[in-house]
Amino acid sequence: MDVFLQQLINGLTLGSIYGLIAIGYTMVFGIIGMVNFAHGDVFMVSCFIALILFLLLTTWLGVSSIVFAFLVVLVLAMALTALWGWAIERVAYRPLRGSFRLAPLISAIGVSIFLSNFVQVVQGARNKSMPPVLSGGITVLEREGYTVVLSYKQGLIMVVTAVLLTGFWYLVQRTPFGRAQRACEQDRKMAALLGIDVDRTISLTFVLGAALAAVAGVLYVMYYGVVSFSDGFVPGVKAFTAAVLGGIGSLPGAVLGGLIIGLIETFWSAYFSIEYKDVAAFSILAIVLIFMPSGILGRPEVEKV
Amino acid sequence: MARPATDALPDSAMGAILRDAALCALVALGLCVPLIAFRMDPGPGSDLVLVPRWGLVAILCAITFAVRLGQRLLLMRRDARRAKTSALAPSPAQATEAVGGEPDAGQKVSKIGLKLFVAVALSLPVLATLATGDLGSARYWIDLGILILTYVMLGWGLNIVVGLAGLLDLGYVAFYAVGAYSYALLSTTFGLSFWVCLPLAGLFAGLWGMLLGFPVLRLRGDYLAIVTLAFGEIIRLVLINWTDVTGGAAGVSSIPRATFFGIPFTADEDGFAARFGLEFDSMHRVVFLYYLILVLALITNLVTLRLRRLPIGRAWEALREDEIACRSLGIDTTATKLTAFALGAAFGGFAGSFFAVRQGFISPESFTFLESAIILAIVVLGGMGSQFGVAIAAVAMVAGPEMLRNLGGLKAVFGEGFDPNEYRLLLFGLAMVAMMVWRPRGLISVRMPSVTLGERKAISGAHVSEGHG
Repeated sequence: MDVFLQQLINGLTLGSIYGLIAIGYTMVFGIIGMVNFAHGDVFMVSCFIALILFLLLTTWLGVSSIVFAFLVVLVLAMALTALWGWAIERVAYRPLRGSFRLAPLISAIGVSIFLSNFVQVVQGARNKSMPPVLSGGITVLEREGYTVVLSYKQGLIMVVTAVLLTGFWYLVQRTPFGRAQRACEQDRKMAALLGIDVDRTISLTFVLGAALAAVAGVLYVMYYGVVSFSDGFVPGVKAFTAAVLGGIGSLPGAVLGGLIIGLIETFWSAYFSIEYKDVAAFSILAIVLIFMPSGILGRPEVEKV
Repeated sequence: MARPATDALPDSAMGAILRDAALCALVALGLCVPLIAFRMDPGPGSDLVLVPRWGLVAILCAITFAVRLGQRLLLMRRDARRAKTSALAPSPAQATEAVGGEPDAGQKVSKIGLKLFVAVALSLPVLATLATGDLGSARYWIDLGILILTYVMLGWGLNIVVGLAGLLDLGYVAFYAVGAYSYALLSTTFGLSFWVCLPLAGLFAGLWGMLLGFPVLRLRGDYLAIVTLAFGEIIRLVLINWTDVTGGAAGVSSIPRATFFGIPFTADEDGFAARFGLEFDSMHRVVFLYYLILVLALITNLVTLRLRRLPIGRAWEALREDEIACRSLGIDTTATKLTAFALGAAFGGFAGSFFAVRQGFISPESFTFLESAIILAIVVLGGMGSQFGVAIAAVAMVAGPEMLRNLGGLKAVFGEGFDPNEYRLLLFGLAMVAMMVWRPRGLISVRMPSVTLGERKAISGAHVSEGHG
């Protein structure tokens, strides 16, 4: 029971991070029907941006308040990663809109290869580790020598995720941009006829997805304390799995899927074998797609003849 | 929308272009700021030290500004010229591909191209020997040829699945891995020779293709791509973690080398050189391997070309064009998809066992997703379904990055610390994006129909569907 509770906390933390990345996949797929293969690498770029900003603040500018540093890093990393998201869409995907289906996919794979090697070239191939911050935690339960701890970091990750997702939900459900975004998702041509700037909406979708990936990146670096240029692929595929599991195109589904994948991964590592945790995640992806292609909260795809 | 029709640009247009270029430079600055402006280096202890590099950022921004300025000016000239010649010139946003089916240069190229490619490939060892002086120094070129031909073969194999049947497979490298490990494990544990293992490797890979193909039959489009990617990763992870059988991350080493149909390439009396009355040269083996992969690749090509005319090949193409129509015409889509998967996988398996016999050592590291991406990129860049296109795309994708290794001369420009090898994959990724933006239909964008009534006419690649599965 104690182990279970601890793993539940760990799993929810990991799941929050996956959920944040998954939203980027699900929104882009919803609006232009493309798997943005480079999204995992955008997340990795945001990890590096966050780490550099953090070092800049603490060692160069001498900021001692961790909370202030965290907030500044979060906001700046979101802005800078969003710029990456915007630039990638503009250069690699927009010229291919309306082209045949495989072209954006290949282009996205190209961007993914470019980003990971770009970071390797400019920052070196070695793992970068972050000085530990915010140690300690709250003891949730103590029994028979086993303590269940919710560390401050884990608490922060859950709180930040919850707050940002609420804000994001408000943005999509209640603002003009959100309405335009949902309209484009339903029918791009009709939305354009009704005066919505479709290109701008798609750009903003990429910007938002990248910003949320940046939040995940900041939290990831803070939580694990280490990042390398090749760290984009696996979290990316897992977040995509989460998006598919929850039902691609559905925002609550992405978060739900993220939490489920995070929980499965931690429980698998705890109770079965840690070596095969990625195999478990990939198998779930395959099984879900084969038996439940529309996911948990997704709409079934109707085939038009 | 009146565009300036004269070559002299009005001031307002020039101003707009300058503003646009400045904006691009600003975006470049934003992209560079934390990542390039500060490099994290290991400092004293375990801490990281930031090293500022603002000079580099300034150079990159200046380059962006100049490139964008040049691009806009060139585009403006072109638009002005077009506006002069025709009032109804299509806007750049419209279709960039020729819609009509007029046979153009591309068609002629692809007709004689494949023959030319085979001729060059056949004579490459001789040409390289003549050019470099002796067989030993031609080794680099022959090795490069082997590498290219391996990718040509993989590209042709995947072309069956992606180009003909229209099934998007992102995990093709899994079958390459199955082939390689089949030969490696069969030969090291049971001592089977390469010539026994080669067909077995193809058979195993084909079986795996069927096995993995079966559950994904119902999936379409991107979903199929992602599931095949997942299968590819699962196979790689199992190869890494199942240490007892596969040797784990260390891989399998000392795999027996290829023999000339049973005669080893050794300096012994019953070796290849002694038997045929030649002087022993270690290059004999390399040249033999070269012709072996050439023959394997040509078999792949021949089988594909012949199958296209058989009912099964026509069923593949029909499936690619319209699955529902296919089903209503009574074509068994399950069998059609499975044969495409199995056949493509079998050729991947042949290539894999060749890879194992050539390297003498294999590890899961050779079978990452990047390989699948490269092979798929070769097929798409070549123009899906075009055999010659795939061949030249393979040459471009493999030889291009390889050439970068030799650009040591650039050290004079960029300083001693410059290693062109580092930029190999970076440029590779950029080239993939650029190629897609420039020619989304691939290099050879005309197709010859397999079956025609009367005259055989080439059609534009834009009329060929890319499949839904």
